[in-house]
Amino acid sequence: MAERSFKKEVEHLRKGDGDVFTGEGILALTKALLENGVGYVGGYQGAPISHLMDVLADAQDVLGELGVRFEANASEAAAAAMLAASVQYPIRGAVTFKGPVGVNVASDALANLSSSGVTGGALIIVGEDYGEGSSIMQERSHAFAMKSQFWMLDPRPNLPSITKAVKDGFELSEASNTPVMLMVRIRSCHVTGSFETRDNVPPPLTVRDALSAPRSDFARVVLPPMSYLHEQDKIQNRWPAAEKFIVENNLNEVFGPERALLGIVVQGGMYNGVVRALQRLGLADIYGNSDVPLYVLNVTYPLVKGEFDEFCQGKEHVLVVEEGQPDFIEQQLGSFLYKSRSSVELHGKGMLPMAGEYTGQVLLDGVTAFLKVAGPEMLPGTVRAPNAKAPQIPDLSKTVPIRPPGFCTGCPERPIFAAMKLTEHELGKHQISGDIGCHLFAALPPFEIGGATMGYGLGPASNAAFDGGGERRAISILGDGGFWHNGLSSSIGNMVFNKSDTVAVIVDNYYSAATGGQDVLSSRANNDTKSTNNPISAALKGVGVEWVRQIDRTYDVGKMREVLREALTTEYDGPKVIVASSECMLNKQRREKPQRTQAIKEGRRVDIPRFGVDPDVCTGDHACIRLSGCPSLSLKKLDDPLRDDPVAHIDQTCVGCGNCGEVADTAILCPSFYQADVVHNPTRFESWRTKQRSRAIGWLQSRRDAKRLMLQ
Amino acid sequence: MNAIFPEQPVDPRAAQITKLAVMAVGGQGGGVLTGWIEALARAQGYAVQATSVAGVAQRTGATIYYVEMTPKTDHQPIFALAPSAGDVDILIAAEMMEVGRAVMRGFVTPDRTVLIGSSHRALAVSEKTVPGDGIADAEEVRAAAEIAAQTLILADMEQLAVGQGSVISASLFGALAGVDALPFPRAAFEDAIRQSGKAVDASLRAFDAGFDAAQNGDADTVHTPDTPREITGPQDLLREYQRLLDRIHAMPPAVQQMATAGLLKVVDFQDYAYGASYLDRVNGIIGRDSSERGWLLSITAAKYIANAMAYDDIIRVADIKTRGPRFDRIRAEMGAKPDQVMQLTEYFHPRAEEIAGLLPAKLGAWVEGRPKAMAWLDRRFGKGRRLRTDSLPAFVMLYVLGGLKSYRLKTRRHAIEVAHLEAWLDRCLAPLEEDYALCVEMLRCRRLIKGYSDTHARGLTKFDSVMNGAQMVKGRKDAADWVARLREAALQDPEGKALSGALETIRSFA
Repeated sequence: MAERSFKKEVEHLRKGDGDVFTGEGILALTKALLENGVGYVGGYQGAPISHLMDVLADAQDVLGELGVRFEANASEAAAAAMLAASVQYPIRGAVTFKGPVGVNVASDALANLSSSGVTGGALIIVGEDYGEGSSIMQERSHAFAMKSQFWMLDPRPNLPSITKAVKDGFELSEASNTPVMLMVRIRSCHVTGSFETRDNVPPPLTVRDALSAPRSDFARVVLPPMSYLHEQDKIQNRWPAAEKFIVENNLNEVFGPERALLGIVVQGGMYNGVVRALQRLGLADIYGNSDVPLYVLNVTYPLVKGEFDEFCQGKEHVLVVEEGQPDFIEQQLGSFLYKSRSSVELHGKGMLPMAGEYTGQVLLDGVTAFLKVAGPEMLPGTVRAPNAKAPQIPDLSKTVPIRPPGFCTGCPERPIFAAMKLTEHELGKHQISGDIGCHLFAALPPFEIGGATMGYGLGPASNAAFDGGGERRAISILGDGGFWHNGLSSSIGNMVFNKSDTVAVIVDNYYSAATGGQDVLSSRANNDTKSTNNPISAALKGVGVEWVRQIDRTYDVGKMREVLREALTTEYDGPKVIVASSECMLNKQRREKPQRTQAIKEGRRVDIPRFGVDPDVCTGDHACIRLSGCPSLSLKKLDDPLRDDPVAHIDQTCVGCGNCGEVADTAILCPSFYQADVVHNPTRFESWRTKQRSRAIGWLQSRRDAKRLMLQ
Repeated sequence: MNAIFPEQPVDPRAAQITKLAVMAVGGQGGGVLTGWIEALARAQGYAVQATSVAGVAQRTGATIYYVEMTPKTDHQPIFALAPSAGDVDILIAAEMMEVGRAVMRGFVTPDRTVLIGSSHRALAVSEKTVPGDGIADAEEVRAAAEIAAQTLILADMEQLAVGQGSVISASLFGALAGVDALPFPRAAFEDAIRQSGKAVDASLRAFDAGFDAAQNGDADTVHTPDTPREITGPQDLLREYQRLLDRIHAMPPAVQQMATAGLLKVVDFQDYAYGASYLDRVNGIIGRDSSERGWLLSITAAKYIANAMAYDDIIRVADIKTRGPRFDRIRAEMGAKPDQVMQLTEYFHPRAEEIAGLLPAKLGAWVEGRPKAMAWLDRRFGKGRRLRTDSLPAFVMLYVLGGLKSYRLKTRRHAIEVAHLEAWLDRCLAPLEEDYALCVEMLRCRRLIKGYSDTHARGLTKFDSVMNGAQMVKGRKDAADWVARLREAALQDPEGKALSGALETIRSFA
């Protein structure tokens, strides 16, 4: 079960002609797919489009009624490969994943798909993870479109435009026999708004129907000599067809006055930011009526020379607003101008930064810089000659601490890395490589474990150079998500085949947790439409790993450390794999809390543990925090003139996972920690026994208190 | 970072959009708050857009939600997807350092921004891991917020909400209604909560608390100090204790407060006679001090001698763990109702050192000198123990240990602690004639000794390094400053990297 449920929202997917949909971008995208007769959908989760997968999973009833097949693909490559159905059959298909890392994984399938060409519309919805809040390297998916010759849509970030892009995308794909990538940016996925809906359209040919009349055509296979023909077909037929469709259907938009000496070319996704900059300069109203002509590229690849030339007519200066690097669009537009021997001055990177997110301030500065050169008379007087002095606000950059994401309260991965840190205290520092997933947070303080990560499922593979062994064995981390994504073959298979003398730790938290708690093959939940409960350890043995240790409670820090020590010191020189399993606490709480509340209400016995620290015993050294970093384990300043340093304190958000107590025990820290279990609806015997015990304990306590002085 | 304001005034054509940002820590419910604001504005006939960044960014990290709204017309307004510096009307920050981050990023400007902040702290990892006190200065943030905001509402919104059995999003929503920054009636805000249909009553109570906090000017909740701690016990012992207090009253007034706190601690640790010996020590220092420097040496000594005398041994821990008030305190903290049973598990892991320390001084020293004996002790006792102090066997065991006070002064541990205390005091007071300030700083180095087992050993090593460093700078004019610097360096990181660096610097010139 995913972290967020869309069960309620998916009812909106049934809306029909003339209704208004109000909600998030991802739901709007799903609705648009259904309105456009999609035949099959799939994808792989990852921010910012994880929730699109969750919506699809929760919408299976609606999809089923329409005869639409939904697959939660094993990886982005698997998702892109699924679009093969649209090569031979006139069936519209859509898959989704994050860009550009998902596109990296999918690129093999995407390249083959682009070479073969499609009959049915093929749409790849990419959540571009760029700028603030992104969790990956800062690159662009754009390059893949250029490399494989598929088309790229970057619609204006509002619901009507995004949903129209789905329709346009399918039609463009079919008109040019080319897959189309629809890019939605990090904030567009969750942007809210409204659009007018249409009736859902069942696919004219379902994938089920297609199996009754299978088709094949060797001309579509990527083999010589057909592959040479595919390349020629791309250039001679598909590209011109695409340009024709783009122009005839006005996929790109022009706003503002027809005649002006200057203009701005902007990616669709950047349109709102540019309009805001113009608003702030008094050159546009809130509805986007602009004094500066805007050429909005809802299609960022291919660029249409004729359209651009027309926009440039009569202009002296044109600014290109293109986020990210390299400046593919600006280079192409510059080449267009050069070939036309145009005198238009092209601005872009330079006035705007080459790298980094185009925030409101960056766009305001860039547009201002452009207007200072291209049309200074348009700028408000205060910009040309500012006289107001900015107020002096104290610099807080040294005061405010950074707050990167980290392990949640009660996270079962924390004790794994506490044990690893303790093992390193004992055996020395090791070569450790990480993987993609929540466990990568271990790279941050307080653990600071792991040097590099090379990609999803590639943790052990990125230690391959050290497979031959040495004084201290290399360790790699792999999550259950990464394991099933491609870790089983690329990492574990690689270890087995090369007789790797290294240690791999598989962090099994029962979900693809970092992306929002989607199920994977080894999830423990029963899922009606997916096969779960396939143990990782069985897969390991199947692929030939002989040394496997299964840990079923990661919170046992002592055991965890013992197994790590064994793996690092054993005589066995083949691959050693530790599977450390405990359920993701975020998902566990979400699952158990309602059950617990219900049980208490029904009068059943429920034991709720929580931890605490005795402030008089804690000396304020914070060693426990350096082995934990749990959000609920914090500090408290005591009202005591004798104390210099704040003491550890556990707040009421503690979920009683036990990690802090286990760490205090295993690392021999201090006796400050206690666990208090509050038993709701205790049994009668329990209550009676407690009463007797407290009576005896109370008697002993008052006996002692009667004979001593005590601070209270 | 603070010079990023737009130079131009607000343009009337853009001013019709209200821009609201929520800065929160992942998991605080910023999404719920944003949802309410959106539903509210929509119900009031506004066109609204909300954006957020979901995913990994939210796992306990800083995160931003952004809302823009404008009265609905036939045209589709163009909203931005993220807040811009100098262009935010209302900023809600759900934690004190997020208030600071908002100011730092230029989202709070004197010309327009209404800033609603929660003054509570959710400490960042970097603040918590420092062995000393790494907590960021909230006052600095408050001062900056006062300058940066047009209107500032700062209150402990977390406490206001938790006090009502709710979460911070509700009290912040209440404060937003209370500050009158949006042209909507209070009832419309409450409707938005009701329509969400989850934990409505608790949310409305917290909403009310937040609303009041915003309306009543200086909304910061009054911090009730912990009730002052005092000594309790039978009358005859209290009369004796009163005689000790009389001795304190004879001390210079400046020293009295610290000496009283110190006395409370050592009497609680041991007994009346031990308290008397504490006062003897403090009086010894007072005799060598004068009012000229405000009795700083005596105050400092009164503090650290008490800490040194009330060392952390098994007896003390066992005593603390078995006290009646502790059980009551934990019950209250856990919110256990009278009909509920509370089980209490203590996490202990004694080592051979602690056991040997508990032996009579001579025997303890003999055992400590024999690795084989220590190894045997470790095998016998040195393992993790979970003691159920709500059950009789474990309670009685700790109760007996905690009752060993009369025997404590004969233990090996006590002998070590006394020797260490005397040696430390002698070293600290040696340069008194030449360098008063240096003596004070050396006394303060006692702060480095804390923790148990390995941590305690590391603390001792650091303490020794700093004291040796003090020896090296002795005689210099800035010796005291150097010792202070060394101590601060020692408290910066657990491994003592900063301390080694500082010592290296001293060696370069000493």
